[in-house]
Amino acid sequence: MRTNDKLEVRVWRGKEAGSFSAYQVPRQNSQTVLDVVTHIQRHLEPSLSYRFACRVGMCGSCAMTVNGKARWTCRTHVAKVLNEGNGLEIAPLANLPVIKDLVTDMREFFDKWTRARGAFKGTATRHDDFAQVQPSAPERRAVDAGIECIGCAVCYSSCDVVAWRPDFLGPAALNRAWTLVNDVRAIEQPERLRAVAGDTGCHVCHTQGSCTERCPKQIAPTLAIAGLKRTVARAAVRGLL
Amino acid sequence: MNLALAQAKRWYWQRISAMVLVVCVLVHLCGLVYAVRGGLTATAILARTHGNWGFALFYAVFVIACAVHVPVGLANIAREWWGLGERAGLWLGRAFALLLLGMGLRSVYAVVA
Repeated sequence: MRTNDKLEVRVWRGKEAGSFSAYQVPRQNSQTVLDVVTHIQRHLEPSLSYRFACRVGMCGSCAMTVNGKARWTCRTHVAKVLNEGNGLEIAPLANLPVIKDLVTDMREFFDKWTRARGAFKGTATRHDDFAQVQPSAPERRAVDAGIECIGCAVCYSSCDVVAWRPDFLGPAALNRAWTLVNDVRAIEQPERLRAVAGDTGCHVCHTQGSCTERCPKQIAPTLAIAGLKRTVARAAVRGLL
Repeated sequence: MNLALAQAKRWYWQRISAMVLVVCVLVHLCGLVYAVRGGLTATAILARTHGNWGFALFYAVFVIACAVHVPVGLANIAREWWGLGERAGLWLGRAFALLLLGMGLRSVYAVVA
């Protein structure tokens, strides 16, 4: 339901070099940040570029920086994040190259997933029986805690270490690697551990926890990375690294 | 030794030395408070440390734990905040380790021997 209030919205226009443009958007009683961006593009600025897909909090496409924090805009109620003076500042996700306005280039984010050996490889064929994995087994529980990641890059965008070290694989890639380290069917585990160890991997995480705090799916990459540190240390001591 | 192994070792040596340091720091603080509260003078303290090889052993362990622990973190900070490269950071850490080892063990020797 419309109110008489107006939102003062600043939206990033341009690439890495650019500026914020100001728009006034009618305030509604129940309104998400994605509603605001959509209103601007439809009625005020047709050349604004932004991404969205499901608009119901499942796909992660609409992730942007809202008032300094990475969030899913379709799941962010304006009422919860409004600044003083009815202000909203909307920018593209941090730590990623900007293609245009609110759209970032996600290639490096997914390339790091590959570099962390975040893809499953097993030995079973169609002729083999299914693997039997107990849901209550500790490895399976560790996998369950991290498997719902949809690669939205909110964690990657929130991580200070990613900002300081461009090679750092990042929370999402390491979280995915952790789910595979705990996958009893997966092979090439020493290679995976070597890929996630060291200064591009788990050892450089400072456990600041912004990733865990901001993950829209309540995944805890911090715990996954801690698990990787323990597993790599054990492998190093046993000469398996 | 491959890179991942070297970095894993640096990580767990920093953790192990941290555990040693927790104990050392607590004991050191208790000793400090005891000496200050007890009104011990410098001369009196030195009289107690001279020839005290238990004291020497404890503080030597403390110094060595510092020399293991500090360089790893220092190299990380140098890389993240001052933009040093990997090798430069490592050598900075090693140089600092030698400094700590030298100055620390010299101090222990000076109050015990």
